[in-house]
Formats: sequence, structure tokens, C-alpha cells
Amino acid sequence: MVLVLFMFAFGFMLVPLYDVICEVTGLNGKTAGQYEGQLSTDSDEQSRQVTMQFVVNKNANLPWDFAPKQKQMTFLTGEKMQTTFGVTNTYNHAVVAQAVPSVAPAEAAEYLHKIECFCFEQQPLEPGEHKDMPLIFFVDPELPKEITKLTLSYTLFDVTNSATPTSDPHKVKKVGN
Amino acid sequence: MSEQTLTIDDHDHHDHGPAKGLLRWVFTTNHKDIGTLYLIFSLTMFFIGGIMAMVIRAELFQPGLQLVDPNFFNQMTTMHGLVMVFGAVMPGFVGLANWQIPLMVGAPDMALPRMNNWSFWILPFAFSMLIATFFMDGGAPNFGWTFYAPLSTTYAPPSVTFFIFAVHMMGISSIMGAMNIIVTLFNMRAPGMGLMQMPMFAWSWLITAFLLVAVMPVLAAVVTMMLMDIHFATSFFSAAGGGDPVLFQHIFWFFGHPEVYIMILPAFGVVSQIIPTFARKKLFGYHSMVYATIAIALLSMIVWAHHMFTVGMPIAGQLFFMFSTMLIAVPTGVKVFNWVATMFKGSMTFETPMLFAIGFVILFTVGGFSGIMLAIAPIDFQYQDTYFVVAHFHYVLVPGAVFGIVAGVYYWLPKWTGKMYDESLGKLHFWLSFIGLNVTFFPMHFVGLAGMPRRIPDYALQFADFNMMASLGAFLFGASQLIFVYLIIKTVRSGKVAESSPWEGAEGLEWTLPSPLPYHTFTTPPVFENK
Repeated sequence: MVLVLFMFAFGFMLVPLYDVICEVTGLNGKTAGQYEGQLSTDSDEQSRQVTMQFVVNKNANLPWDFAPKQKQMTFLTGEKMQTTFGVTNTYNHAVVAQAVPSVAPAEAAEYLHKIECFCFEQQPLEPGEHKDMPLIFFVDPELPKEITKLTLSYTLFDVTNSATPTSDPHKVKKVGN
Repeated sequence: MSEQTLTIDDHDHHDHGPAKGLLRWVFTTNHKDIGTLYLIFSLTMFFIGGIMAMVIRAELFQPGLQLVDPNFFNQMTTMHGLVMVFGAVMPGFVGLANWQIPLMVGAPDMALPRMNNWSFWILPFAFSMLIATFFMDGGAPNFGWTFYAPLSTTYAPPSVTFFIFAVHMMGISSIMGAMNIIVTLFNMRAPGMGLMQMPMFAWSWLITAFLLVAVMPVLAAVVTMMLMDIHFATSFFSAAGGGDPVLFQHIFWFFGHPEVYIMILPAFGVVSQIIPTFARKKLFGYHSMVYATIAIALLSMIVWAHHMFTVGMPIAGQLFFMFSTMLIAVPTGVKVFNWVATMFKGSMTFETPMLFAIGFVILFTVGGFSGIMLAIAPIDFQYQDTYFVVAHFHYVLVPGAVFGIVAGVYYWLPKWTGKMYDESLGKLHFWLSFIGLNVTFFPMHFVGLAGMPRRIPDYALQFADFNMMASLGAFLFGASQLIFVYLIIKTVRSGKVAESSPWEGAEGLEWTLPSPLPYHTFTTPPVFENK
């Protein structure tokens, strides 16, 4: 009977367990939340050049105009970079959007540090409104040598119906991946 | 009636024999009655699921949409799977377990007879609810028996909530039944019968019961998460809220893969009882059979993502699951070789149970071959969600699990009823089923390899010929099952009287009892000699 109850709880435990395993192994291309540390330059690794490409996926439910300002950037590891993504609400009613990021190759995900990202919060837009949403990041110099090109992809989801106040810390933490 | 020396009479109303009237069946705590209830329920659900299969095959008989609209077709494929898995195969094996386990170990009944009753009676209610969804607004579940989210959460018909409750109920029934079996087998064996002297059917059910207790709760968890996503605004499986649809697949298949082994291990047990009897030779390698079954059960818990090779798993995951899946073939092969070795130089006769058992060994192995092909991750990229998969699992389920149940019924029916079934009709049932199922499912390998997807009501023209063949085979197979029903009814009503051990080579405690079995047996434990 104990085993039954344990396995039922285990089913639920699988949810956070997957998050932990994805974080620890870097699988699944999930990036970490907001980067809290210093922009450290005392890593032993030399800075080297990497290229980052930006891709957007429009979820079929939210066919907004959504595009990166720059499709590609070349820079040094450890260098703080900044870019924006333009989004326009093409509907005639207000919508709240949530962007969810993904990084390829998956092994690179843990080395991408986002200092500021529009994906940390839900983005409400009035009908017809256009926003340029910022992304500030740097790539850790510890990035494995074999990786010279990264791709950062965002997908926009419509969360109007389940929108909660963006000041909710739980919400920020949970969706900031 | 009872041939035992002393019967301690502790029943209020009756010395021997069951209560009178229909309420007997509602309140019974007797393992024989409950076994019968499960078996009749299973047979009924087999026909209901079978009719759904006939609708599917009728629509797929020719290209084009002739008979049903696509949404109803999806309801047919979904419910066919659910009814067959949870309503026909699983209760069928539980019915065999209820009848045979106490008899085989010399116990008077199951350890928890009232819980046994409740385990059964939950099922008709669960399935009434499930079948009633056909008549609800929006129709029955139409998202496949594997009910992936978000198709089964965001895009599901309103009946999905009843589907979830039905699954909860079936799960509770299975878990209680499994607990009953474990307790019975651990605590109530006759003195002198150690675990390694138990019949293989008992062993296979002991291991199956552990698997059930371990993974049914995970199914309950995943449908509860679905319920919460649908009704309570959680986002377990919704990327917009920070969740992940792939998470659903992981949790589902963590249950789902052991589930398919739960559906086959008891069949292994039945076959391990039947082949030694009709080869008149002891089962080859009893110890290795036990260990192989345990190995299969343990391995089955670490292979689940081989159902998910195409979701975008990292290479490390693909390799792990590919290797562990291929590994399961080893203990399974041990069992197949042992069955063949049992027959080697045996003195064989081919009565109906033996025909089904041999058919099982050969055709289950064929299903295993397509399973190995599917296990190779890069090749699975081609096979995933095609009819090749449909062919694979129908080969392991129909001539696998279903033949296992049918073989058990033919084998033990003379014991239960005291009457012999008509052997010619039994053989006819076997051969028509054998031909029917092969004509139905073998062509599915070809259309699958050629690219026909699963779960579609219409298909490209190049698949037409094999689909027509498959449909004709299906109609033959379906019709042949009516012979089985007729045969059972005819046996019960007017079969020839059977002796207590009608099969010459049969060994085991159940054959020491008279046929038909008295209502209460082994009220004092038998003497069991260690062999």
C-alpha cells in the first residue's frame, strides 16, 4: 500500500524531477532564469569569437508580427551583448503574450546567461500596439571549444486567459526558463 | 461434495454451494465466482472493442471516406484501444488469476475476498461511464488510447473528464487486485510449497502484480495532472505556462511500457502451464524462466522512451533507451527457447489449448522481431506512427495476450465446469482465428514500411490492396470469435462430463480436485510434496 502511495506521488514528483535533470545535464535546451551574478572576466578561458543566430517561431494560435532586429551577431565570449525583438499585436483586441526560449545545441544552453530578457515576463499588448523588446546577454567563456555557433529561438504563446500579474515572483521564476 | 477430510463449517446460510439468485453475483466473495465475473466481463468487452475494430476496418476497406466521419473514426480507434487494453485483456488475465491462483497454491480463496469483490464491481461502472461518453456532447474520447496532451487537454471534447474518472476507477481496481494477488501468493501457499515450487502461472502473476502496483499509480498521477490542466488552470503540459507536452509523454510511457508487459507476462505463465502438459515433459529450465521473467519486468521499467524516439531527444537518451530495449530481447528469448526445449523430444498431442499455446510462441516471436526493428532508434524514425507499429503491437497482443487468455480458458474450462468442450469446434476456432489474424495484421507491416500513417480514416491509393486484405482478415477473425462464445455456452449446457484430470500430462494441485470444482476447495491445506 505504501508503494502505491509512493508511486502516485512519484508521478507528480516527475514534474520537478525533469526540470532538475534538464538543468543539471543541460539537456532540452532550457536556459536558466535571470542571470544574477557579476559579468565575470576572471575565468581562465580566453575569450573567443562565437556567432549567435536568432530565430522566432510563431505558435499557430498567435500569428503576430514577431521578428528579431538582428538575425545574427558575432561577438566574443564574456562580452555583454544587447539586441531587441519587435512584436506587433495584429489582433483587434488586447492580448497577453508569453515568449518561451530554446537554445541549440542543447549543450550550450547552460552557458547562455540572460541578464535581461522579455521572456522573463508576460507581455501585454493593446490592439495594433508595437513593442521593441530587449534582450541583454553574454556567453560564458567556459563554453565548450567545439561550439562556435549558437541558435536562440523564441516561441510566442497566447496567455491572455491565464494571465497573472507579472509581479508574481512565482510566475516570473517558473516561466523565466 | 467436498472430498477433503474435515470441513469446518463457518458459513451462516449454506453448507455447500453458492447462494441462490442473481444477488449471489453481486455479493460473492468466492474467487471462482469472481473469476467467472471477470471472464464474462472480459469477453463482453472483447466483443465491444471488436465491433469498434470492425467499424475501423470497414472504413479502411477502401480508400475514401465512406462510412463514418473522421472525428467518429478517431473515437473508434481511441475507444477500441482503451476497451481492449483495460476492458478485455487485463480483466481477462485477472479472471484467470482469480480462478487459478488459489487452486494452484492450495489456498481456500484469495487473501482479501471482499476487496476482490470490489475490485471486480468497480469495472462495470467504470466502463459504463466510458462507453456512455459516446452519447455525450462532443462525443467520446478521440485522442488515441495514449491520450497525449495537449490534444487530450486543450483540444479534447468535454467527455475527457469522464474518461479521466473511468481511468481512475480502473486503476484502483487493478491496484487492489494486484495487492490481493501478492498477499495471497506470499502468505497462503500450502505448507511445503516454497516460492520456487510455485507453478509458472503463479510466478508470472506475482511479478505482474508488482509491476501493476508500481506503475498504475503513475497513470493515476498523469490523468490527475490532465484533470488539473483542464479544470484548474495548471500548466503541467502547456508550454505557455512553463510546462511541457513532452513531459506528458514521459510520464505516460513510464506507466505505458510496463503496462504492455503487464498484459503479456500472465500469458507467458499460461503457456508455461500448457506446453509441458501436452508435451508430457516438464518445463525446461524452471529457474531460468523465473529469473527471465523478473529480468523482463525490471528492464521494462527503464525503456519507456523508446516510444518517443522522434520527440527530439538528445543523442544520449536515444542511445540509452535503444540499448536497454534491445536488452529485453535477451530474457524474452530465453523464455521462447525454453518453451521450444520443453517440446523437444516431448510426446506431443495437439488439442486446442496446445494449438493456441504453440500459435502464441510462434506469432508472439514474430511480434518480437518487429519490436526489435522498432527498437533501433534511427530506423524507428521511419516506423514511428506508421502501420508498422500497429502490426507490431497487434502481433504481440492478439496472438500474444488474447491467445494466452483463450488458451487458458480452453485448458481449464473442463476443470471449472466439469464438462469437456467440443474439440472439433475448438480446433475450428483456432484455425479460423489464426488465419484471420495473420491476414489482418501481416499486411500492416508492408503498408507501414511503405509509409501509411496510423490513426487515419483515409489513405493514399497505393495502400489500398493491403488494406482490403487486412479488412477481410479482420472480418474473418471477428466472426470466428462467435464460435468461441457458442462453444462456451454449449459446453456449460450440454458438454460431456470431464474427469478431474482430463489432460494426460497435466501436473499441479488444481488437477487433484474433482471436476467441476466444489464451491469451496482446500478449506484445509493440501499436502504438497516438493518436486
